[in-house]
Amino acid sequence: MALYHDDDQAMLADSARGFMAEEGNIAKQLRHWRDRDCKDGFGHDLWKQMAEMGFTGMLVDEDDGGLGMGHVEAGIVLEEIGRNLTPSPFLTSSVLAATALKHGSADMKGRYLPGLIEGESVFAVAIDESTKHRPSHISTKAEKSGNGFKLSGTKTFVIHGASADMMVVAARTSGSADDKDGITLFAVPKDAGGMSHDSVRLVDSSMATHTKFDGVELDGDAVIGEVDGGREILDAMLMAGRVGAAAEGVGVASGAMDITVDYLKQRKQFGKVIGEFQALQHRAAHLYSEVEIARAATIKAQQLLDGGSERADLMASVAKAKVAKAAGLAVREGVQMHGGIGMTDEYDIGLYMKRDRALAEFLGDAYFHAGRVAELSGY
Amino acid sequence: MSDLEAFRQETRKWLEANCPPEMREPVRGDDDVYWGGRNATFKNDAQKAWFEACRDKGYTVPSWPKEYGGAGLSPAEAKVLREEMSRIDARPPLSSFGIWMLGPALLHFGTEGQKKRFLNEIARGEIRWCQGYSEPGSGSDLVSMQTFGEDKGDHWIVNGQKIWTSYADQADWIFCLVRTDKTNKYQGITFMLFDMASDGVSTKPIKLISGYSPFCETFMDDVKVPKSYGEDIPGYVGEINRGWDVAKYLLGHEREMISATGGGDRATSLGASAARQGELDPVLRAELALFDVDALAFTAMSEKFLDEVKVGKGHPAQPNMLKYAGTELNKRRHELMMSAGGSRSLEWESEETEGGKPSRAWLRTKANSIEGGTSEVMLNVISKRILELPGG
Repeated sequence: MALYHDDDQAMLADSARGFMAEEGNIAKQLRHWRDRDCKDGFGHDLWKQMAEMGFTGMLVDEDDGGLGMGHVEAGIVLEEIGRNLTPSPFLTSSVLAATALKHGSADMKGRYLPGLIEGESVFAVAIDESTKHRPSHISTKAEKSGNGFKLSGTKTFVIHGASADMMVVAARTSGSADDKDGITLFAVPKDAGGMSHDSVRLVDSSMATHTKFDGVELDGDAVIGEVDGGREILDAMLMAGRVGAAAEGVGVASGAMDITVDYLKQRKQFGKVIGEFQALQHRAAHLYSEVEIARAATIKAQQLLDGGSERADLMASVAKAKVAKAAGLAVREGVQMHGGIGMTDEYDIGLYMKRDRALAEFLGDAYFHAGRVAELSGY
Repeated sequence: MSDLEAFRQETRKWLEANCPPEMREPVRGDDDVYWGGRNATFKNDAQKAWFEACRDKGYTVPSWPKEYGGAGLSPAEAKVLREEMSRIDARPPLSSFGIWMLGPALLHFGTEGQKKRFLNEIARGEIRWCQGYSEPGSGSDLVSMQTFGEDKGDHWIVNGQKIWTSYADQADWIFCLVRTDKTNKYQGITFMLFDMASDGVSTKPIKLISGYSPFCETFMDDVKVPKSYGEDIPGYVGEINRGWDVAKYLLGHEREMISATGGGDRATSLGASAARQGELDPVLRAELALFDVDALAFTAMSEKFLDEVKVGKGHPAQPNMLKYAGTELNKRRHELMMSAGGSRSLEWESEETEGGKPSRAWLRTKANSIEGGTSEVMLNVISKRILELPGG
């Protein structure tokens, strides 16, 4: 498959770009909700509009009422989300949870997917248990209790945790914390008793929770897939989420680079447009190279994932790591090249820096994924 | 079965029958590469048989038209042939600057007469070409070159010096940038073609920090260059005084070629091969892992670039970006290989290192970001042509 968008994908990219620039832009969404101290950190109206655009259910199979599209298409939407810093539950709901729900029973799909497709429901995923992403270590426990399970433990960095109608939770049903096996995924509904959220606003104005499960009683039908068979689903969900986060990161990087290059063409010092200075030109050109390479790695990972290739896992980590590096460079160079006004809240470049930091950390940072590349390569 | 699949089967059979087993081994030394030319000798019968089979089939230059010595393959067919050759690790049957550089220039700018004569000579491995571009005073600022051809009616008398002419001491002919109008910087250069055996041409090899090299200095002392070699065969490509257009076209082509091969051997993980040599220091392991991320990402970039070129997508200046990123990556690769190899990799002449291969290769990569346009020139081009930054 050629590493560029085909005609249908290019059309989708056009409409996603137009829509997100118009409806999801920084003034209308990120600043709007931030300045009103919104407890969700995103706008539900936009989520419904995204449903009308057909975005929310794009990864859901057609048999289940979705569009049955792939990660290239989801990535197209995510790139525009990234470019506009649009706060939305798309990544956690339409990519991560939707991937997990593919493995759910027909009954479970019927319970959750229509709400997602309609833009009525928001989903979160609860994976991390410490300040660094480490899905190989899961100590949150789900013990057999009657016909169901009792869930105990604490999850952290749960994006949209307090706003979520359902949370996908990775818990241990057997073995010990570092075992590969013995993991089960649960779809935990909002109103499950014994679940409490400590909600925190993050540096990028998104909302996350430390969520405590204090003997949360779950029916057997909350299990996604098989009991003790959750590792494979978790891996699939993580892979989809990482490739999605990479796509969003490409958008963040491109957005930051574009406004910075524009600024270089306008700002005058020493009687010249500062973009004439070679010291800045070379840095901008280097940044362009890095962003282009990160974009290529991302579309490669998307295509491998859609094609079910065994190299998808490796390339997902390559993309996540490369994008984190490139986007990090984009926002740092962005703030520096803007000079003093780059430090002001009034200018958008600083918002890109904040978003990049949170997105880079989500589902594993560049170091985590470089480490995975080493392991998957056999060293 | 599609036509392409039929072609693949046919190609596979042909390669099976015609590519000797010895020609399916990695290239180890200079004499494993066949360059052709008047004075060429074959290392062994297998090299000769493989070259002749390809020559007769048009496979030394598969995508060139048949009338010029090629096989007239479509881009898709040429890709299949490349894939099938790479599947059995077949060596290139013929390497030459005629194939890589002059050929594309002639296909684009040449007269019918030039194509018939020179392209066939190249495809058949009869004439080995070298390239005369840089001068001691004109590196990155190539257009400032001074080698001058004085107009004498039906010929020029050329005087001057070229540098970095690869294999000039073994080449039969040279394609050479010569100033023919001192009053016009860009439109005062002619892309001349002449025989290296002409009176007044001499060469001198250049030794590099990595040791012996194919590079030479080439001196021209009252060399007579005819304006015509026969009917419809001018002694120059394109128009007189418009050689810069040809040179620019070729520089783009060269960067594309370098960029497509950039990053070294990208199929293998550098970290994995370093780990096989011994236990890795944890900080070095981390550096290797970050390198492997960049190398795999760059591989995707090269693939994307080639896919886009085929359908005319992508920015026309994009090869500059690949050249920059690919050569910088390759330098980093060899720095890490030296570190992973430790004191063994310092050996300059030992048997274990096959005559200092690691250290010589490491030093040689330092030229990657200089030859064919320096990294700094690439960054200038990216900032002006792609980012459209002002000035300069």
